[in-house]
Amino acid sequence: MKNNNLKRREPLTDTQLLMTITIGIFFTMYFAAMAIWGGGFLRWQQVFDMLNNNAALIIVACGLTVVMIGGGIDISVGGVTALVVMSCIVHMNNGGSIFTAALLALGIGVGFGLVHGFLISYLEIQPFIITLAGMFFARGMTTIVSLEPQKIAHEGFQQLMKTKIEIPWLGYIAKKGNLIPARMEIGVVIALLIVLIIFFVLRKTRLGRNFYAMGGNSQSALMLGVNVKRTRFYSYLISGVLSGIAGFVFMMHTGAGNATNAAGAEMNAIASAIIGGTLLSGGVGNVIGTLFGTLTLTTIKAIVTTSGLRDPWWQSITTGAMLCFFILLQSVVLSNRGKGGLKKMVPQWMKITQKD
Amino acid sequence: MAKQTKINWSKHSQLIVPLLSIALIVLFNAFRDPSFFSIEITTNNAGSTVLTGNLISILNGASELAILAMGMTLVTAACGGQDISVGALAAIAGSVFVKVLRAGEITPVTIALGFVACCVVAMAFGAFNGTLVSAFKIQPMIATLVLFTCGRSVAYWINGGATPTVESPLINAIGSFIPGVPVPTPILIVIVTAIVLALVFRFTSLGLYTQAVGINQRAARLNGINTTMIKLLSFMILGVCCAIAGVIAVSRLSLINHETLLLDIEMDAILAVAIGGNALSGGKFKIAGSVLGAYAIQALTITLYAMKVPSTDVKAYKAIVIILIVVIGSPVVKAKLSQLWKKIKEGKQGKEAVRA
Repeated sequence: MKNNNLKRREPLTDTQLLMTITIGIFFTMYFAAMAIWGGGFLRWQQVFDMLNNNAALIIVACGLTVVMIGGGIDISVGGVTALVVMSCIVHMNNGGSIFTAALLALGIGVGFGLVHGFLISYLEIQPFIITLAGMFFARGMTTIVSLEPQKIAHEGFQQLMKTKIEIPWLGYIAKKGNLIPARMEIGVVIALLIVLIIFFVLRKTRLGRNFYAMGGNSQSALMLGVNVKRTRFYSYLISGVLSGIAGFVFMMHTGAGNATNAAGAEMNAIASAIIGGTLLSGGVGNVIGTLFGTLTLTTIKAIVTTSGLRDPWWQSITTGAMLCFFILLQSVVLSNRGKGGLKKMVPQWMKITQKD
Repeated sequence: MAKQTKINWSKHSQLIVPLLSIALIVLFNAFRDPSFFSIEITTNNAGSTVLTGNLISILNGASELAILAMGMTLVTAACGGQDISVGALAAIAGSVFVKVLRAGEITPVTIALGFVACCVVAMAFGAFNGTLVSAFKIQPMIATLVLFTCGRSVAYWINGGATPTVESPLINAIGSFIPGVPVPTPILIVIVTAIVLALVFRFTSLGLYTQAVGINQRAARLNGINTTMIKLLSFMILGVCCAIAGVIAVSRLSLINHETLLLDIEMDAILAVAIGGNALSGGKFKIAGSVLGAYAIQALTITLYAMKVPSTDVKAYKAIVIILIVVIGSPVVKAKLSQLWKKIKEGKQGKEAVRA
């Protein structure tokens, strides 16, 4: 009896509902692109290219999702990524090894995470201001480390950059008749691993559930015995560490450091998380949704370029329009939920019959 | 007597942080280089006598920021969130202004027409943001992310992809000096805008209503305030502020560059609001605080320039100062400091008691 009641009450949580919508829209869009333009969209390589180009963004967006679920915001992620790229390249060009560079990347990430977490959770300063200052600091430090664009000269790292995982059965036959396998960079593996780990942490561990509790209502979480300050601290720490890793992955993709690296990454990451169904108000969200959010954003851009709108302004205008559409959709869906408004809108024959 | 000072203190306690930060910067400069504050009377290229000096350039350079901070304070107070599209919106307004001016000869009438046109356009975009926030109940930062993403591209599109120039002595009069007036025109525009806003608050109950909506929206609604309208209005006022800032920025350079016009000013504007002692979560507000905050930011920037810090590195130093300011102003540190103060006082009294 009790069990039955529970089952009836939660067919889909907000998190799952928003994520399902995003995944649905992504596949619809992708299949529509395949049907209309064919060409590149028919090849698996297109998917892997999307992943290759956005591995760093996916990692950053994962960290941001955790912070946003906890009801905060971290806009320093792009800056930290750029700082990591620049300092690692300078470090390696001055004779450092890959291992120490990786340690440096992690160290910078942890450092930013610790400072942000301490200032925000223990000194109770608004997260926007602190992470904004963090972004300024990281961007400024990037130019202090090196104003000129740097190119990586470390041979071992260049080998690492060229190393790609080939997947023959997802390749395609070129015009000449030879098989070109699908190529995936190592960064993508790291990114997907991180998505899985964060998914597991959010779903199965006490810390992960505490993030949701804190984001939903920090006052009630406190009364339930959650150490809200420490939980908030951890959320920023995770975001910092992931920005450090993202910097390393970004470097493995581009191999060059520039003061404008990862410019606007924070807003892209926030947009990905939102499209993936994470609410900025906290308590709702999922990293799998964030992954698909990133892919959706990239697909929109790819579609705009293929469809012949080549004027430079169309890409961001359509991205903005799509973002607007997603935001409105979420708002309408969420506000109609629980009122039964959505059920009334759906015609009778489409309703999924529920057994009582 | 003591009671009276206490009341005054609490009434203006919000202004302590911005005043303190300005005082710190001024003191620092006074020790570093007393000639920093000298104001000279020189003759400019046009042959008119004008005031120059660091103080003037601080007041002049912060004009756009001060105007945007005024509007941002209202939005923050009413909605408990920030508009991150102000830079993009200012670029759109500037483009419209340039478009109108380039249609014919530049006369005072066309300038007025252009100003009205860009005000209308900016108000329309502000209303779009406001509708998303008030009617669809989307958090302001996400709702304005749409315009943030595509605003600059829209500005690009309005002028057909070029960065057009508008050359005229009349435009120079708006951007730098009116012949015969020694004070830069942008400063005068800020004063006029501030007076107009002050009059609006003096003769309408907009300020009270905004505060009520920000503190408790439900309570405000039950008291008969049209909360949707108040939020919409705050965004439209911010739109007008963006239009004014856009016109000033265009007039300074006599051209519009959609990519760089008022770049990153949204972050500075939010920072000005925060330094001004306004809660970013809405409610009570003081526009004077935000304006002081804007001048504090500009004073800091100019000080750093005067110390020969490269413009690209300024951000890092700015971040350190920002963090210092917010840490001093944070509730936890304040509480700890007042506790310490009490202890010292008690200790003194105790000693005196012992002596007596």
